[in-house]
Amino acid sequence: MEVMLALIIATLVGCGVYLTLRARTFPVILGITLLSYGVNLFVFVSGRLSLNQVPVVGMSENASDPLPQALVLTAIVIGFAMTAFLVVLALRGQGEMKSDHVDGGSDGEDG
Amino acid sequence: MEHLIIAPILIPAFAGMLLLLEVRERQRLRRLTGLLATLALIPVALGLWQQAASGDIGVYQLGDWRAPFGIVLVLDRLSALMVLLTAVLALPALIYGSRGDDRRGANFHALFQLQLMGINGAFLTGDLFNLFVFFEVLLIASYGLALHGRGPARVKGGIHYVVLNLIGSALFLVALGLAYGTTGTLNMADFAVKVSELEGNSLDLARLSGLLMWVVFGLKAALFPLYFWLPATYASATAPVAALFAIMTKVGIYAIARVYGLAFSGGALAGLGRDPLWILALITLGLAAVGVLGARRLGEMVAYLLVMSVGTLVAGLAWSSPAAFGAMLYYLIHSTLVCGGLFLLADLVSRGRGELADRLEAGPSPVGRGVLGALFFAGAIAVVGLPPLSGFIGKVALMQAVPAPVYWLLLLGGGLIALIGLSRAGSTLFWRATGDGEERSLDGPRLAATVALLATTPALAIWGEPVLEACLAVAGQWAQPGLYIDAVLGAGESAL
Repeated sequence: MEVMLALIIATLVGCGVYLTLRARTFPVILGITLLSYGVNLFVFVSGRLSLNQVPVVGMSENASDPLPQALVLTAIVIGFAMTAFLVVLALRGQGEMKSDHVDGGSDGEDG
Repeated sequence: MEHLIIAPILIPAFAGMLLLLEVRERQRLRRLTGLLATLALIPVALGLWQQAASGDIGVYQLGDWRAPFGIVLVLDRLSALMVLLTAVLALPALIYGSRGDDRRGANFHALFQLQLMGINGAFLTGDLFNLFVFFEVLLIASYGLALHGRGPARVKGGIHYVVLNLIGSALFLVALGLAYGTTGTLNMADFAVKVSELEGNSLDLARLSGLLMWVVFGLKAALFPLYFWLPATYASATAPVAALFAIMTKVGIYAIARVYGLAFSGGALAGLGRDPLWILALITLGLAAVGVLGARRLGEMVAYLLVMSVGTLVAGLAWSSPAAFGAMLYYLIHSTLVCGGLFLLADLVSRGRGELADRLEAGPSPVGRGVLGALFFAGAIAVVGLPPLSGFIGKVALMQAVPAPVYWLLLLGGGLIALIGLSRAGSTLFWRATGDGEERSLDGPRLAATVALLATTPALAIWGEPVLEACLAVAGQWAQPGLYIDAVLGAGESAL
């Protein structure tokens, strides 16, 4: 399970980084979303992986750690709000600069 | 009085919420609420400084959850100094903003208060994840403020700023995941103890976590190669916002000082990332000086001066002796207030120059040329570090504490280059003026706010010795992380 999770995180972050480096605002937003998914999973795993364990010390052999779940909840909420803000900002940029290029310049060949 | 520690977070939080509730047309009521809340921060910050100056470290356990498990707010001399500096900078910036700039977009006052809440929270918290949360609070508010008002330049600078900081937040979360995964704690004091006992693979992971945090804080502090966003964002923001943002880079510097001087202070990871920090700070210093010379607008020039002060400060921090840290704090107070004042001054100059605004081209004379010229002259002397103003004292103190020839060379050479840039800007704006601009008189409160910020520099020079001594006392406490750790963990045990 560790290997699978590690591969999923790596794929999400890899795709996220690639998309973030694009020159249009929409792929950048998607990239940041994927990046934050990968990061959230990473934080979640930092409390170690354990199945069917009680989150209270002493109740079962390997207590599972509830704290990363609280942390990741906070991170998800913040990441979601930030993404929503970025979408609005990108729309306004499109309206004001007449272009969805991140530098607001004229269209190049990328896209 | 133990609850006073949380007041710098609660006052702006409540004021911000109240400001969101108020009806749209009551601009005067909003201004009054915002100004009163910001004014209230000053006595609170003074009270906190009084508490911290005695040398006691105040620990406030939120909800009475005992220390390594719950979130703690910690008031030591360093946090108290930073909170005080924020309050002193915020009031003139808000007074300036209340003269019309707040009408250029919605919710200026609410965002301003939430920004203050985030900044104060970041200075007071003793928990790494909580530091992340307060960073996000101040960033969300700063996105709104940076985009306050309209204009394509602002949107373009805004997109860069938001995307960069979102990536920064993602890196910060990865660092926190690694930190929690290796030590099982996020309380800075507890983390410092646990991390000094690590070995093997965990040690490498903790090192990775520390280095990732450096990148994040370097981005916030605008350190080379992560400062390119700053001039565009700051120069396009409205003046009071830019003035308040002068403290934002200092949040990054504070975070480096705190995490480096406390969380990674012991064991095998002591001094982590210090050498790269030193080199990057020197490069920042040099490149920012070139930026000052190449700036085409006054606002951009002040933004590069701010980056230059960041280089100066981080180099002093990376030297990491108590004397260098104390001198750095003095320079930090000076550069924050003077750069804030210069941002306001740049806006005052650009008013009445019509289309040219703050572009450095000969044009109509700014309104109140004599007064503004004198202020610009004083501000330039202070920021470059010529006697008799506080920049000179700060630089001398830093040079005495950091006896490295390359630092001296860059500090003095950079100062000279900045002086050339500023003289050219001043003579273009004030002497090569062609005729008078629009007939308007200077706005009293705006001028007063600018003067108030710039007047701190002679004040810092006159009371140079007590201020420098206070800074050295802060540094003395910072250099003994054991005091902080004992205070926090001791508070947890005594609550049992």
